[in-house]
Amino acid sequence: MLDGAGATRPHYQKFRGLLEEIPPDDFRQRRHSVDLAFLRQGITFNVYGNEKGAEKIFPFDLIPRIIPAGDWEFLERGLTQRITALNLFLHDIYHEQKILKDGVIPPYYVLSGKHFRREFVNFKVPRDIYIHICGTDLIRGSKGEWMVLEDNGRCPSGVSYLLENRRAMKRSFPGMFESIGVQPVEHYPQELLKMLQYIAPGGVADPTVVLLTPGACNSAYFEHTYLARQMGIEIVEGRDLMVKDDNVFMRTTKGLKQVHVIYRRIDDDFLDPTVFRRDSALGVPGLIRAFRQGNVSLANSIGTGIADDKVMYYFVPRIIKYYLDQDPLIPNVPTWLASEEADRKYILENLENLVVKAANESGGYGMLMGPKAGAAEIAKFRELIAADPRNYIAQPMILLSQHPTQVADGFEGRHIDLRPYIVYGEKITIVPSGLTRVALRKGSLVVNSSQGGGSKDTWVLYGDQ
Amino acid sequence: MLSRVANSLYWMSRYIERADNTARLVETSLQLLLDIRNLDDQHLAKQWLPIVQAAGDEEAFSKLHPKATGAAVTEFLVFQAQNPNSIVQCICQARENARMVRDQITIELWEELNRLYLFVISPEARQTWKQSPSDFFSEIKAASMHLTGIAYATLLQNEGWWFTQAGRFLERADKTSRILDVRHQSLPAAGVPGAISQREALEWSAILRSCSAGDAYKSIYGADVHPVRVAEFLVLSEDFPRSVRFCAAQVNTALRKISGVPDGRFVNDAERHAGRLLAELQFGTVEEIFERGLHAFLDDLQIQFNRIGEALFEAYFFLSFAALGETDFVQQEEQQQQGAPGEPGWN
Repeated sequence: MLDGAGATRPHYQKFRGLLEEIPPDDFRQRRHSVDLAFLRQGITFNVYGNEKGAEKIFPFDLIPRIIPAGDWEFLERGLTQRITALNLFLHDIYHEQKILKDGVIPPYYVLSGKHFRREFVNFKVPRDIYIHICGTDLIRGSKGEWMVLEDNGRCPSGVSYLLENRRAMKRSFPGMFESIGVQPVEHYPQELLKMLQYIAPGGVADPTVVLLTPGACNSAYFEHTYLARQMGIEIVEGRDLMVKDDNVFMRTTKGLKQVHVIYRRIDDDFLDPTVFRRDSALGVPGLIRAFRQGNVSLANSIGTGIADDKVMYYFVPRIIKYYLDQDPLIPNVPTWLASEEADRKYILENLENLVVKAANESGGYGMLMGPKAGAAEIAKFRELIAADPRNYIAQPMILLSQHPTQVADGFEGRHIDLRPYIVYGEKITIVPSGLTRVALRKGSLVVNSSQGGGSKDTWVLYGDQ
Repeated sequence: MLSRVANSLYWMSRYIERADNTARLVETSLQLLLDIRNLDDQHLAKQWLPIVQAAGDEEAFSKLHPKATGAAVTEFLVFQAQNPNSIVQCICQARENARMVRDQITIELWEELNRLYLFVISPEARQTWKQSPSDFFSEIKAASMHLTGIAYATLLQNEGWWFTQAGRFLERADKTSRILDVRHQSLPAAGVPGAISQREALEWSAILRSCSAGDAYKSIYGADVHPVRVAEFLVLSEDFPRSVRFCAAQVNTALRKISGVPDGRFVNDAERHAGRLLAELQFGTVEEIFERGLHAFLDDLQIQFNRIGEALFEAYFFLSFAALGETDFVQQEEQQQQGAPGEPGWN
């Protein structure tokens, strides 16, 4: 919002003018009514292991993050480039494996990937699309440059917060949208449904699309029901489905009804107890066979997890170059691989300055923040890395960009990131916005909600001011 | 419609109705005590135990409370977490069922139910209860009527709607019969009762009030309250929306809307039992009921309601539970946790 000298950047000027017209008490009041509305509407996530009041709202900050049209067009191009390349990569490693044969990526890294599904080699997925929905985490460095922090190509969450944040902002500041000119986001569910219908098995004129949820205990359950309702499709649990003669049916009060497309919000491992985890009661026995027979389509496809393996992240610039013969528009954060000898040496010598991440965890599991860690934790990671180098990467500590945020007595800068949502169907669609997460605690770089994280609405302007 | 969804809609409205009826029952009993003075422990227990029996939870109650005092009974019926049928627990379960079918109900219905839930689990609820039980019950009853009104005004009247109707009226029929049974010990086991004392008249008036039937009763029978007329009104009235016959007719209609089978025929046991019960109530007389004994008659009614509920489960919901097997799927859900936004495991 502000430049280095403290002056308002051009694309924030209109907003700031309007904001200053609102008395501080009035502003606090609006903030309070938004919190209350979220609680009443049940826009909450579940906190595990806490019986009473097990639902919490995701704190919401009323100062929007604003992105000028020019920046957004750049991001859109960069993200489209990235998803296109990742999809070509998945198709290749599940077919000819040219990229491995040409020595661009050492085969060992792909074949040893925890989420590489060798059972699906030479299997043709509908329309050759693997990642139908991708949530890519972006950050800005100290010079304002955009970087990709990670790709989420399995079951990315959070888009419902993007949509609900926008609704809350429209209720709180109805006048602002018109005078500032903010691009709409409300068409996301239609785009999602269009994509799901597009990937239906061939020859099905009016496909039945369902959303498969682990159930009401899942932390993202609000989002599942929200999206199902917005798309007007049925939300099902594993026990609502059954497979007969390699076709998938849902159990209704009028008997069985065939299902053609499943937007699954369950990880690969739990989808089908006859193929993956045997103890999974969330999935549907026989689902994978039905998928292999081409009688049901899945979004996202199976085996996409290899593309968001953090070691694969290291190779994404090469992947883009290999398939598209282009340089990446949005660069990666500099990364070292613990399994490369020179890199490992560097990592082990600089542990206290680096962020170390486990290759197949997400959202902060198995992570070392070197500059903030104690000696014991650093020693523990030293051992972990030595024991299983394939499983670790390291990155420099990036000082995320900051954004003015409401605090107890006024506004202060807080660190933020951004997750846009990419839908890959007949064409690639990215609604002009994203989920901006903010570290509400002063100086914190952690946007996780348990540690004082929240979110903001993200406005993409029609113009550059 | 998914069987699981139909089941949740059915229980959502059934639990709302149950919370409402329990509030009526407890409130009326509290008011009744204001009219009666000088009660010792034994007499108190005589007043309160039938209330627990009317709610159908005598066994659970005696496990938790050694004595049927007013404080114990009201705690048990209003707040007690270990009593799945306490008002607070009913609302929690109604809301949990609504959450599971959040995509099937309107935002208006959800927000009101969620608001009621947030109220009953807040410290404010107990505060209100302590200061004025009557304010607390008014809140519960008003919210329940508001919910029913929102449901009528906003829900699509499709198959799911008829499952909510079946749940609502089956519960109401059951509770009306139980409320009517509260004073059965003052009646002869069989035969038509004679004149009653003034105090008994007060008790029967309280029963009418529990069912919001005080004014409607007077408009038909005048100010004279007698158990035979009360029973006739609460069991056999064709027009009173809380009478057993009215509710049975609604259940019967709902079942037929679900299956599309016309009156006079049946394709499943739920329809058969409901049709038979309705005919019995349409063509029965209150004299017959008392010849047999009101308590025995009401007991039998409750068995018939259970039979309809079980048959409904068999016909429409069983499919979704048959798949469950022995695995504890709740545990599975927790293993599959994806974490909160930005939490470990959130991806």
